[in-house]
This record gives sequence, structure tokens and C-alpha cells, in this order.
Amino acid sequence: MNVPVENYLVLAALIFAIGCAGVLTRRNFIVILMSVELMLNAVNLTFVALSRQLVSMDGQMIVFFVMTVAAAEVAVGLAIFLAIYSQRRTVNADEISLLRW
Amino acid sequence: MHPEHAHTAAEAVVLATSLLRWIPLLPLIGFGIGVFAASTNRRSIVHITGPGSVLLAFVVSVIAVSRLWTLPAGGAVVDNVFTWISVGMLHLDMTFRVDALTSVMILIITGIGFLIHLYSLGYMHEDADEARFFSYLNLFVASMLVLVLADSLPVVFIGWEGVGVCSYLLIGFWYQDMANADAGRKAMITNRIGDAAFLIGMFILVWAMHDLGAASLRFEDLNRMAPQLGAAAPHLVTAVCLLLLIGATGKSAQIPLYVWLPDAMAGPTPVSALIHAATMVTAGVYMIARLSPLYVLSPAALDVVATIGAVTALFAATMALVQNDLKKILAYSTISQIGYMVLGVGVGSFSGGVFHLMTHACFKALLFLGAGSVMHAMSGELDIHKMGNLKAKLPTTRWTFLVGCLAIAGVPPLAAFFSKDMILEAAFASGHVVLWFIGLTAAGMTAFYMFRAYFLAFEGESRVDHHTEHHLHESPPPMTIPLMVLAVLSIVAGWVGLPHGILWGDAWGHYLAPVLASHEAHEIAGSTVLLLTLVTTGVALGGIFLAYSFYLKSPGTADRIAERFHGIYVLLWNKYWIDELYDRLFITPYVIVSKFFWKVVDAMLIDGVVNGVGVAVGKTSDVWRRLESGNVQHYAAAMLIGAVVTCGVYWWLA
Repeated sequence: MNVPVENYLVLAALIFAIGCAGVLTRRNFIVILMSVELMLNAVNLTFVALSRQLVSMDGQMIVFFVMTVAAAEVAVGLAIFLAIYSQRRTVNADEISLLRW
Repeated sequence: MHPEHAHTAAEAVVLATSLLRWIPLLPLIGFGIGVFAASTNRRSIVHITGPGSVLLAFVVSVIAVSRLWTLPAGGAVVDNVFTWISVGMLHLDMTFRVDALTSVMILIITGIGFLIHLYSLGYMHEDADEARFFSYLNLFVASMLVLVLADSLPVVFIGWEGVGVCSYLLIGFWYQDMANADAGRKAMITNRIGDAAFLIGMFILVWAMHDLGAASLRFEDLNRMAPQLGAAAPHLVTAVCLLLLIGATGKSAQIPLYVWLPDAMAGPTPVSALIHAATMVTAGVYMIARLSPLYVLSPAALDVVATIGAVTALFAATMALVQNDLKKILAYSTISQIGYMVLGVGVGSFSGGVFHLMTHACFKALLFLGAGSVMHAMSGELDIHKMGNLKAKLPTTRWTFLVGCLAIAGVPPLAAFFSKDMILEAAFASGHVVLWFIGLTAAGMTAFYMFRAYFLAFEGESRVDHHTEHHLHESPPPMTIPLMVLAVLSIVAGWVGLPHGILWGDAWGHYLAPVLASHEAHEIAGSTVLLLTLVTTGVALGGIFLAYSFYLKSPGTADRIAERFHGIYVLLWNKYWIDELYDRLFITPYVIVSKFFWKVVDAMLIDGVVNGVGVAVGKTSDVWRRLESGNVQHYAAAMLIGAVVTCGVYWWLA
């Protein structure tokens, strides 16, 4: 079965848009973090699809990097949330605005 | 006058030596030691270094002058210390030079300066600040020596400014009293006006010299180039001479810038003696004499010089008539006597002007130090109406003061008889009969007011109050010895310049002739000279007799006359309201303008702009900073919008 590359790209764009909407609209930091993962994976999907289309391993190389960085990012992000939660008993984005005017 | 000498100066014999630099350097070292001593508890060291440094400078001066005398007439001793400025065509050396004119000046300054230092030892004995006093005094002498030793105008200007600063420091020496500090400032500011004109004159001069291809301000070059300068730009020469004259009126206390000098009495008395007799006030006369080849090219400028001198002589003498403060009388008499010197140089008798400068240095120092001695005895009292019969208690001061009075009045054969006579004779001979008459009138007044002071203070009945009477005492030897030396000098100083044909004649004029411009003097008959001399002497003796009859023979006459001519008396008593006039004319408008610039331009305009910019930035930021909500999602949304817009723009452009 040969799926045309456009389908992958459209799917990736949809996932990216969903993730983007999640980051901007959800209040809980955990969910925002999950939405960020969605956006990253949408990009990964694009890379992999285009890698196959263009017969080049470059795209897949970058995907590995993205996954590594994403793992690190989640680790750091969750650590920050834990610290914030222990201080303020909340992980809602709109309630944490310390660097305000 | 010897016209053939006038142009030989250029190829004169010059002797190079490194001796001259020590003349101003020694008092300068004394100043340095004094400054450090003032901040330690070894202050008594200035008793040695203060007068000592000036004495050493005097010794060096004598050596330098004796070297000068081994040279043929018109020679000079020169000390090239270092190159000061070398820019483009202008090359300026820090060079000291002793010729006939300078030799006279350095001997006056160091000699009389030393006597005044010696006197100060006694006078300032009880003052806690005497180290500061002696260091200023040394600096003053050093500045004045730089002024007269300089061989170019800019170096003169160093000394010129130096004496200005020192006069400020010394007049306001007792600065704890506001009036003294004000007097110091007045001297400083008044001088500054003259100095500004002096500077402008100097700039014009160097510019004009540059046009002639010799950008130089050395006196040698200036005086050599003077005829070409006069031919190329006669109006420029007049302008330069007048500007330099304004500078001279500031330093030498002539109309219109004389107002600082009477107030300068706020300083300690030796300072008055130093400023008035030996140094500062003679600077203007010296400068005009030094530039005499330039001045003779501009008869108009010379006429202005002569008129200012004569009018000042009379004007100051009238004010001295009614003063009651002994030092104030002497102050006005100084202005008046310098008026004579300026009249002398103005009518072309440059040697006469410098001659009177020399004799005046002797008798005015004597009179001031005498007044200081009286003040010392009277516990600071200076009102001559509260003195009387001081001769009983102060014999040395009395005799020396009397010699000073006779000398300044022009009684033969004392100093001013010869010098004043020379000036008045020159004024008459050059056709300025009106100026001669003004000078003659002032001479009569001089005799009158000096003897008024003498009779009221030293003769008659004692009006000293009991408390002061108790303390009356003759001054200690450090004060009386200078008085005696100066008294002898006041008697003999005039003998170097006798009228033509008597003994050695006008040796003074012959000595100075090579360095001064010769101004063709109209020969007047010997009988006329004799007549003029008799008239001058008669007027002087008349003045003395008048003072005698007014104040000693029938006391009360003076009061009756003051009553009779009440208007004139009030006018003189208030010093013609000149201070008030200047206050209205210059100071009040200046204060108003300054207030405008302070309150409106500075406080409102400049501060408004500066603070306004700050406030505006603050207010704008207040609005914009609301964007920083602190909520990460807002930032994320902003990034998204930014990314979309950027992509959109690229897409749309492509």
C-alpha cells in the first residue's frame, strides 16, 4: 500500500494545530506539556514522511534528536511543575504569573 | 631724549645665563614651603623662609643687575628656561630677560618686597594663620617677578593673572568676615574685566604680527616690528593699545576700573603696602612703558592714556580729601599717584612714568607700613579723628610718616618732587596744558590730604579713648627698621633724576632711554622749567599750609567749610556714588539677567527638557509594560501570531 506524502503532511498539520490549540487554551501545565509533545511528534511525522519521499536519512536523524530533547524537556518540565506545586498547590498556567509587570 | 638709541635695541649685546630663573623661583619655593608648613605644627619655619626667600631673590637680582651694568647701554641679560609653545609659525619660549627697565622693577619688587616681609614678621606675629599669609605673600612676589622678567606678552600674562589671584587671596585673607571676602571677590572680578580686554588685545596683536610674517609676541619682536605694524594697520595698533590700556586700568586701578582698590584695604596692612607700592598696581604702567614703541605709533591711544591718568589723579585726590580712614586715604592717594604715572607715559615721558613708579614704591610702602604701625598701636583703630598727638608715643612712626608725607607732597628735595615734576613738565612741554593743570591741582590736593591725615593723627590734641591710650606703644624693631630704611629711600630716591644741567642731570632717563621709545619732547626754555618747578612746589607748600591752618591752627575751619559747601562734601563723602552707579548700571542688570537664566532658562527650560524626557519615557512605559502579563500562554500566543504574520508576509511577498 502506497500512501501519498500529502496525506502524511495533512495529518501532521492537523496534529500540530491540535497541539498548538492545546498549549494556548488549556490551563493545566501537565496538559500543556502533553500538547507540546503532540506538536513535536507532528513535526517528527513530517520529517519521517519527507525522509522516505526524498530518500534521505537526514530527516530520520533529526527525529532522533527531537525525541531525545523532548525526553529531557519533559524531565525538566515535570521537575519544575513539582517544585511549583509544592510551593503554590497549583499547576494552572493562569495562576502562575510571577514575572508580571 | 635720545632718538638715536631707539633702534639700536635690536642688535644689543645679550648675555645668556641661567641665573634669572632663580629670581622668581626662590619666592616660589618659599611659597611651597609655606603651604606645607601651614598644615603642620612647624609653622615658625616661615619666619625664615618667607622673608629669606625674598632676600635671596633680591641678592640674585643685584647680581643680575650688576652683570647687566657690565654690558654696554641697551644690553640685556637673558635666561631661556624652556620652550613653552611651538605651534605652526608661533614659537614661544619661557624666557626671562633683564634690561634697564626690568632691572629697576626687580630691584623695587624684591627690595621693597623684602622690607614688607620683614615688617610682616612683627605685624602678623599674633595671627594664627601667618604661615598661610607668608606663603601667599611669597607667591605674590613670585608672580610679580614673572610679570616683569617676562620677555613676551603671554609670559607677562602668567604673572598678570598670578598677581590677580594673589590679590584675591590676600585681600580676602581674613575671610571669616564676609566684607573681606567680598572685597577680595570685587578685586578679582574687576581685574578679570581688564584681563579679558588684555587677552583680546594680545590675540589681535599676534594676528597682526602673523600677517606681517612674524607671529611672535616677544617684546623684542613687537618693538622691532612696531613701525611696520603701524604702517600696515594704524587703526589696529590703536585698538590694541586701547585694549591693553583697559587691562592696565584694571591692574593699575584707573578710571573706570579703580573701584576695587579702596576696598582692598580689607586685607592685612602689609598686603596693602605690597599691592599698592611695590607690585600689582604698577603692572599696568610697566606694561605701557614696556610696549612704548607700540604706543608712540598711536597718538590717539596715548591721548586717551594721558587723559585717563590725569582725570584719575584728580578724581581720586578729591575723594581722598574727605576720607577719615587712614588706609582709605592712602588707597585713594595710590590711585591718584598711579594716575600721575599713567599721565606721564601718556604724554610720552615713559621714563618719567617709571621714575614716579619707583619713587612712589618707596614712599607709599613707607606710608602704608606707617599706617600699619599706627593701627598696631591703636588696637586696630584707623579713624584719624580718633587719633591725635600720636607723636608723643610713636616717635619713629611719626618721623618716618612725616618723611613719607613730605615725599608724596612733592617737597624738595624729596622723592616725588623730582618725579612728579618730571611728569608735569612733560605734560606741559607736550602741549597738554589742560592735563598739566589738572595734575597741578591734584598735586595741591595730595599735599593737603596727606597733611590733613598727618596733623590729625600725629599732632594736636589727643582724641584717643582711654582704653586704647593705655595700650599705645611703639612697634617692635622688625616693623620700625623697614620704616627707617624706606624713609631714607623716600628722601634719596628722587636724586637719580635731576633736571637737565644740574649735577649729573637726568641720569635716570639716560639709563632707561635704550629700552623705551623716544617721544620727541618739545624743548622748553630753562626759565620755563624753573617757573613750572616753582609753581608745583608752591602749590604743594600751599596745600600743606592749608592743611596746617585748617586742622592745627584753627580746628573747626574744616567743619565750617564742609558746612558751607555741603553739596560738594556729600558728593565727595559718597565717593561720587560711583559704587552705587556701577551697582545700578552693571551689577543689578547682571543679577537680573542671571536670575532670568537661573530661574527661567535653567530651572524651567533645561531642567524641563531633561526631566520631561524622563517623565515621558516613564509614562509611556507604564502603558506598554501592561503587556507583560507574566502568563506564559500569552507569550506563546504572541509567538504564534508573530510566526504566522512573518510567514504570511514572506508568502505574500513571494
